[in-house]
Amino acid sequence: MTIHTFKPDLPPPTISIGALGWLRANLFSSWINTLLTLVGLYLLWLIVPPVLEWAIFKADWTGETRADCSREGACWVFIQTRFGQFMYGFYPTELRWRVDAAAWLAIIGAAPLFLRQMPHKLRYGLGYLLVYPLLAYWLLHGGFLGLQTVPTSQWGGLMLTVVIAAVGIAGALPLGILLALGRRSDMPAIRVLCVTFIEFWRGVPLITVLFMSSVMLPLFLPEGMSLDKLLRAMLMVVFFEAAYIAEVVRGGLQAIPKGQYEAAAAMGLGYWRSTLLVILPQALKLVIPGIVNTFIALFKDTSLVIIIGLFDFLNSIKRATADPAWLGMSTEGYVFAALVYWMFCFGMSRYSMRLERKLDTGHKH
Amino acid sequence: MRTIDNPRPAGGSLLTDPRARAWLFQILAVITVVAFGWYLFHNTQTNLAHRGITSGFGFLENAAGFGISQHLIDYSESDTYGRVFWVGLLNTLLVSVIGIFLATVMGFILGVGRLSSNWLIRQLATLYIEIFRNIPPLLLIFFVYFAVISPLPGPRNSLSLWDAVFVNNRGVQMPAPSAADGFWSFWLALLVALVAVVLLNRWARARRHATGQMFPVFWTSLGLFLAIPWLMTFIAGVPFTWEVPELQRFNIRGGWVVIPELVSIVVALSVYTAAFIGETVRSGIQSVSYGQTEAAASLGLRPGQVLRLVIVPQALRVIVPPLTSQYLNLAKNSSLAAAIGYPDMVSLFAGTVLNQTGQAIETMAITMSVYLAISISISLLMNWYNKRIALIER
Repeated sequence: MTIHTFKPDLPPPTISIGALGWLRANLFSSWINTLLTLVGLYLLWLIVPPVLEWAIFKADWTGETRADCSREGACWVFIQTRFGQFMYGFYPTELRWRVDAAAWLAIIGAAPLFLRQMPHKLRYGLGYLLVYPLLAYWLLHGGFLGLQTVPTSQWGGLMLTVVIAAVGIAGALPLGILLALGRRSDMPAIRVLCVTFIEFWRGVPLITVLFMSSVMLPLFLPEGMSLDKLLRAMLMVVFFEAAYIAEVVRGGLQAIPKGQYEAAAAMGLGYWRSTLLVILPQALKLVIPGIVNTFIALFKDTSLVIIIGLFDFLNSIKRATADPAWLGMSTEGYVFAALVYWMFCFGMSRYSMRLERKLDTGHKH
Repeated sequence: MRTIDNPRPAGGSLLTDPRARAWLFQILAVITVVAFGWYLFHNTQTNLAHRGITSGFGFLENAAGFGISQHLIDYSESDTYGRVFWVGLLNTLLVSVIGIFLATVMGFILGVGRLSSNWLIRQLATLYIEIFRNIPPLLLIFFVYFAVISPLPGPRNSLSLWDAVFVNNRGVQMPAPSAADGFWSFWLALLVALVAVVLLNRWARARRHATGQMFPVFWTSLGLFLAIPWLMTFIAGVPFTWEVPELQRFNIRGGWVVIPELVSIVVALSVYTAAFIGETVRSGIQSVSYGQTEAAASLGLRPGQVLRLVIVPQALRVIVPPLTSQYLNLAKNSSLAAAIGYPDMVSLFAGTVLNQTGQAIETMAITMSVYLAISISISLLMNWYNKRIALIER
């Protein structure tokens, strides 16, 4: 009896492996794909070289005035000379260290929260949330404990944008969670109040709300009392975004199976304890992407305060491009602005993805 | 949350009874809200009295006395504030409708592109989405308005397309058809085409159900819509004349003028919203299991048919709810037009009219109700559509 021996495997055809195979599978698998690839390459060729040439190779990087720019490419000198204004607005130059100090304190203070081995994280985080706002207010606004007052009308630039966004996020999240709980409450009166609040704020554009804050809010206040313009804007941003957060959180609450509520009740937990200890931790984890998306929207929405004349980051750039000494710098200005906004928003969205993976316990349905 | 109904414990006081506490809590909440509302109302009344502003909607009858750069209905400075309201409303609707149309088309292309089997197309679509959804829409509007349109040449040196369409820093000018004798024949032709297309669709569907054969409905419909009015011109003559814009000494006159504000806002909003719609479409398509694609392919359908007949109808059920909220966002974002002075609802009514009349409460109430009404109408419309395409379970 002969023993059958298999021949050794032949290598796959050269055309289906390696770079050539990848090209064939991913770019030229059919004539329509080939056409699409060619169109895509043509688009890239149309866009990328001129943009690179404008932004990097023919751009002017050093100088003091507009005359230092050859105008063949981008004039980044404009951004450099106005950088301080873009970051701090009209904050007095000699006091800008206070803004820097507030920013560094925020970063250093929050850093331990990101360390894995940190003990008592929750207690530290709550303490931070209580202490830092006071500290930041003292540094930015001043007026007591030996710091000179800087009125909010002098705040501006990226600093103002970040302040509005931070206050908005810190205010909208708790308020939104409360509204979502209220909307799912057993008490009809509370439910109706919350639904009305949420649907009203979600139905109108932020611009009209900001308009309202500047023309109607003064009418609502008692005679002689006036609220700071920035404070009014922040109040409106908080209410507006809280309504959106509420809807996101409601989605999470609805996704929690009834058994969890019943189990919590069976353990003898009351409403607040079962909500805080059992329901919310699970619900919030489910809706992290939605919450972060709302925060990103909030960050982008802060640019609308331009309507009521606050000098946020976008407005300071808009003003700078209208300066007669730097005419024709709109493209540079807005490209820079887009880059900064993009970094913040993209960073947030990447962080939310990481958080989602980290908190994933594998119980997804 | 649903609590479990506890029977009232025997001998417990009223304060520890959950039902009594719930009542107490609700009554307190309502009283607080009503009291706060009354307090605001009282303050407003006093403030208005002190400033000598009479409330009421009588001001809508007064003459406005200012010009508007774009009006879809006849408008002159002597018209009333009431008419300004309609002009603003129509301008807002115009931006929303064009924006929604463009964003939907671009969004579907992007969504399909992100799932393309072509690596390059996939990367390009991803790049587009990641760039544009992380930039504030207002920044995009400013960019188009100040960095793209403003530097364009003036009317005298317009970029022109066949000497008929002119692009310059005052917007886009293009030929406009103006009705001539026998314009009714054009409408008639369109009506005939419409009826023909409806009949054709019915016939094609019946045939497909009976025999399984496909009929190129889309291309035939398009052909009918073009051919019937064209044939009509042989019978009844050309029913309209083209008013071509002409270059004069300082400006271009005649034809349709699309003002630069409209161009900026439409371009920026559709570019921005398309990124979000693209993601919505992608997740919708991904929600249809891959087995459906394989099953359809094994039946011998071509890739285009698989997408159109099997994937999209199922994906739409997942896509429609988030798509609705994107449409709502676009409609609300159209109010950003106020920032560059496009005469929309907000900039006309909450801006100019409010400044002229000082009727803050009335103008803001009207403006906000308009947006609430738009939001509710789009929701209702899409809910109706959603119900129509929802899965009918047997």
